Amino acid sequence: MAKIVVDVMLKPEILDPQGKAVAAALPRLGFTFAKDVRQGKRFEIEVDGEPTAAQLAEVEKAAEKLLSNPVIENFTVRVEK
Amino acid sequence: MKIGVVTFPGTLDDRDAARAVNHAGGQAVALWHNDADLRGVDAVILPGGFSYGDYLRCGAISRFSPVMEPIIKAALDGMPLLGICNGFQVLAEAHLIPGALTRNHELHFLCRDQKLTIENTNKAWTSSFTHGQEILIPLKNGEGAYMCDDNTLAMLEGEGRIIARYVGENPNGSRNLIAGITNERGNIVGLMPHPEHAIDSLTGPSADGLGFFTSVLNSFLAGSVK
Repeated sequence: MAKIVVDVMLKPEILDPQGKAVAAALPRLGFTFAKDVRQGKRFEIEVDGEPTAAQLAEVEKAAEKLLSNPVIENFTVRVEK
Repeated sequence: MKIGVVTFPGTLDDRDAARAVNHAGGQAVALWHNDADLRGVDAVILPGGFSYGDYLRCGAISRFSPVMEPIIKAALDGMPLLGICNGFQVLAEAHLIPGALTRNHELHFLCRDQKLTIENTNKAWTSSFTHGQEILIPLKNGEGAYMCDDNTLAMLEGEGRIIARYVGENPNGSRNLIAGITNERGNIVGLMPHPEHAIDSLTGPSADGLGFFTSVLNSFLAGSVK
């Protein structure tokens, strides 16, 4: 079944203390690959059947109104098989 | 003057807010999140706490509670509205004031007595203070860092809409040490620290917080708010 996935991330200019804490914890565990870490939210929305264009448009609206705060966050909407 | 105090599921400071209203000489009226009626109140306080468990984002779900619809309508019409801590977050989520509250820069939950300066005393909630007055009231938050873009910050500074600023070291990473701001009209105030916990020396670090509640009563009696 297809899912509609909404990813919400803090805008690049907004400080992300949680991401910074994760970035600081990684090298303590021997993981030295990370230059920076940003933490966000992922919403998985199930609908009946294949998502329609109209449903995706509704999800866009919901993402702007509720799932994200456009003052501090950006979001993307996509369909995942 | 009747002042409504809203209780959302997860609100903590409604009783202290109601006590502060009554102590100042007003009449506190309990409002429930699921009420769509304001019971004839002249002003509303959104108190602190963790409404809806801070799920999604602090204040994001409360902002769409049934009670918020008449509150937003009345506030846009000039009714005094004070959001404290979680209430400030609700105001920001409802876009009644600009900006947003984000995680404290050091990630820790803060709980301490905090010095502030009152920088705008012309507004409904701050008229009892003197300009530049230093007050001491509790600060307790996990997501209290006030964030906004540079244009908004310049506008808030230029229009004198920062009503309170932290004194000393920045406790939570708020831009320009912002502790509280107001809307353009001046009737809506969002404040991160807690004046309702500082209304007498028996229960608080000072009685400095009482000024917010006497301010709105005085403004009401003077007829400067409806």
